Amino acid sequence: MSSDAIAIRTAADTDRPWVSVLHEWVTTVDHKRLGVLYILYALFFLVVGGVEATLIRIQLMWPHNDFISPQVFNRLFTMHGTTMIFFVAMPILFGFANYLVPLMVGARDMAFPRLNAFSFWLTAFGGMLLYFSLLGGNGLYGAGNAPDVGWWAYAPLASRAFSPGNSSDYWTIALLASGFGSIATAINIIATIISMRCPGMTLGRMPLFAWMNLVMSGMVLLAISPLSAAQIMLLVDRYLGGHFFDTQAGGSATLWMHFFWIFGHPEVYVLIIPCFAFVSEIIPVFSRKPIFGYPVMVGATVCIAFVSMSVWAHHMFTIGMNSYANSFFTITTMAVGVPTGIKIFNWLGTMWGGKLLFRTPMLFCIGFLFQFLIAGLTGIMLSSSPFNWQLSGSYFVVAHFHYVIVGGILFALFGAFYYWYPKITGRMLNESLGKLHFWLFLIGFHLTFDLMHIPGLLGMPRRIYTYEPGRGWDTLNFLVTIGTFVQAMAILVFVANLITSYFRGAKAGNDPWDAWTLEWTVSSPPPAYNFASVPTVLSRRPLWDLKHPEDPDSRYE
Amino acid sequence: MRAVEKMQKADWPVIVSRITGIALLLAGVLLAAGLCTATPQANPVPNIFDSRSTPADSIRHLSFFVLSVTGLIFLVVFSLLAYAVVKFRARARDTEREPAQVYGSTQIELAWTIIPILIVVVLFLATARVIHAIQDAPKPTEAVDITAIGHQFWWEFRYPTLGVVTANELHIPVSDPAHPTPTFLKLLSADTDHSFWIPQLAGKTDLIPNRVNGTWLDPHETGLFLGQCAQYCGTQHAKMLLRVYVETPADFKTWVDAQQHPAMDDAKEAAGRRVFERTACLNCHAINGTNGNGRFGPDLTHLMSRKTIASGAADNTPQNLRLWVQNPDAIKPGSLMPAMQLGDADLDALVRYLETLQ
Repeated sequence: MSSDAIAIRTAADTDRPWVSVLHEWVTTVDHKRLGVLYILYALFFLVVGGVEATLIRIQLMWPHNDFISPQVFNRLFTMHGTTMIFFVAMPILFGFANYLVPLMVGARDMAFPRLNAFSFWLTAFGGMLLYFSLLGGNGLYGAGNAPDVGWWAYAPLASRAFSPGNSSDYWTIALLASGFGSIATAINIIATIISMRCPGMTLGRMPLFAWMNLVMSGMVLLAISPLSAAQIMLLVDRYLGGHFFDTQAGGSATLWMHFFWIFGHPEVYVLIIPCFAFVSEIIPVFSRKPIFGYPVMVGATVCIAFVSMSVWAHHMFTIGMNSYANSFFTITTMAVGVPTGIKIFNWLGTMWGGKLLFRTPMLFCIGFLFQFLIAGLTGIMLSSSPFNWQLSGSYFVVAHFHYVIVGGILFALFGAFYYWYPKITGRMLNESLGKLHFWLFLIGFHLTFDLMHIPGLLGMPRRIYTYEPGRGWDTLNFLVTIGTFVQAMAILVFVANLITSYFRGAKAGNDPWDAWTLEWTVSSPPPAYNFASVPTVLSRRPLWDLKHPEDPDSRYE
Repeated sequence: MRAVEKMQKADWPVIVSRITGIALLLAGVLLAAGLCTATPQANPVPNIFDSRSTPADSIRHLSFFVLSVTGLIFLVVFSLLAYAVVKFRARARDTEREPAQVYGSTQIELAWTIIPILIVVVLFLATARVIHAIQDAPKPTEAVDITAIGHQFWWEFRYPTLGVVTANELHIPVSDPAHPTPTFLKLLSADTDHSFWIPQLAGKTDLIPNRVNGTWLDPHETGLFLGQCAQYCGTQHAKMLLRVYVETPADFKTWVDAQQHPAMDDAKEAAGRRVFERTACLNCHAINGTNGNGRFGPDLTHLMSRKTIASGAADNTPQNLRLWVQNPDAIKPGSLMPAMQLGDADLDALVRYLETLQ
């Protein structure tokens, strides 16, 4: 479109002193810059959380290993979980949503740009607070250090009797701050999608990406609020003499579990639904077909959001609920499998009869499909509450949710990186390095997380800093750790690709993938104002209509 | 015991699953079986599929059924995906033309909505039967009552009707299917959350402060069964191990009789007993027959009847016992037992005294 104007602007950029550039980034309210900030911030914490995971796995390589102490191990798994969920997955997905939602709905920015900046800095502040605990907090035994109460901080372990000092407070306030940031971002995304769509873009013509981020944002409002409330109650317990969760004074440990999991389970869908969004954009483009069953996909997404609000206590099957409660949460949990299955079938339907191009984004999406299928099926096993009494709290569960988070969410995210990096930077990621990254990560992932199911079936509980020899866990744990190293190498390849391609990658042009949504009509990277003139759309695939005037989508919808 | 007996009869999910389930579990079970036979000890691998007790058996049958259904779904969807990836890949000779643009199909969508709903209904009904059979099983009058109390980082076991108190190593009688004598446990916690899990005997149930939970075991084979705390409870969660001895009724009675006696009082070891009674030991530990009746740590009345100390962290040998009293962190860093700071003479006398507590 107005690429001349852009060329002039970027040329002017390079001449300015770095302080002025930095100042512009720190004070920016541009949704694209904030999106990039979110993503870079999350990538930094991805490396931090990954190093923590690697240390955990080295400790578990051999039985009775003494690589790190139990105190350090407990801090590591607490920080690993908290970091990966709140300071990697959430911000990186918000980053992509921030960058892409306005471009995809034909808007010039988010509805509330300054609130947007506020949200990012709150989230960033949260992550810094969490890690500041390394200086300012105190662990269970008075050693100034990180929180060690686990990422769900079950009562009464997080009460002052069992967690003196301030490490748990840093955890609480970090989640509270980033939680407010998330709620504000969710409001922003909802407002943008509801009120800023370009002419012609009815809800029924909106890209699935926007639909799914709309649903995700609604879930954030419902899920983060109880978490924030619980964090405030915990602070009241710890500092104002409250007894919500203080069992020594008659408080309830299960009350915290209910609060945490009515956040915690929808949170899984808050993370995976934006990944469904990536996959729903990438698979059609590389299959050269429109998404199969668009209205059904929208319906299934909304359905997942509703049902997932009534499944939280499947994380609590072992706490001694009565048989009616256990049956209820079994059926609701199994029910989520139906709309989720429908999605997998629709992606399959999209690929069926297409012309599949195996570029790196598509490879990661196909990996996602296979792995998400398995993660869903182990989820069905866990939903059967008697089976859950054996599997819950074991390494089987650890393998299951890493299958969702790494095999599902992270694979889809890598796909998104390879797909939209050209739009964000103006340069293609290197395809050979991309394929190397994919295959290395695939091998490492399966070595780690396929095998990790088995120690769980053999009775190995999670969160133990060491284990007894001779229980059939030794060899498996060793191989799982080797898989971690392979994954770490793949991440190095990815980071190298991100950096070298930024300087030396092939020029992308506006539309390198021959795609169909509005972000590909503007230059790469897009101008600050996105669209020189606000576009008008007639169908779900405006660029298809433009490229195929003889056979436009608008004729069929 | 009606519900318990009902579960022992073969039923349809069991028949379906016995055949397919085992095949599907190939990797896990074969590996586990291989490891089981690798060591001579009775049951070193707490494999959930190697169940030896009624509730664990019910779960195994259900899990094989669930595994068969999910395995079947996996095979079908995996094949379709793999077929699509191979069949519809773009080939070099393809023209620039785009493939046929298909937007959806109501019939197909209906099919892949209704079939999963039916599968979910079947899975749910099979699950609900087992939930009811395990959770709502009536307690027979012959049942053995035990109260298990979770502590950071050890297990307290009290037999209220038998007047026995012990720690970390649970003894229960084997249950004859003709005259079942299951063990019913009341689960409590003294501090944080814990979880009682012996994979071969039953699924896990949490021990939660301010809450009374329950579970039951109905072992039909004697032997030693291993487990450990399955809910993160603090620094030494990893070394909160659990041993369950399932014994013949005669052996169990012998054990109970021995446990009911007060502690041995060997006059030769009066010096060691004096150390116990005059230091902080008795604030936390009880020895029946002395003035020590603390409940913060394990009851030591019959310490030497146990194979391990420190909740399974070390074998119960004189060297380990001495090290444990002198410097618990050397065995279990972060355990709540303090280093007792005794002189060598007192330490030796104390350990000699503890060794008499058969």
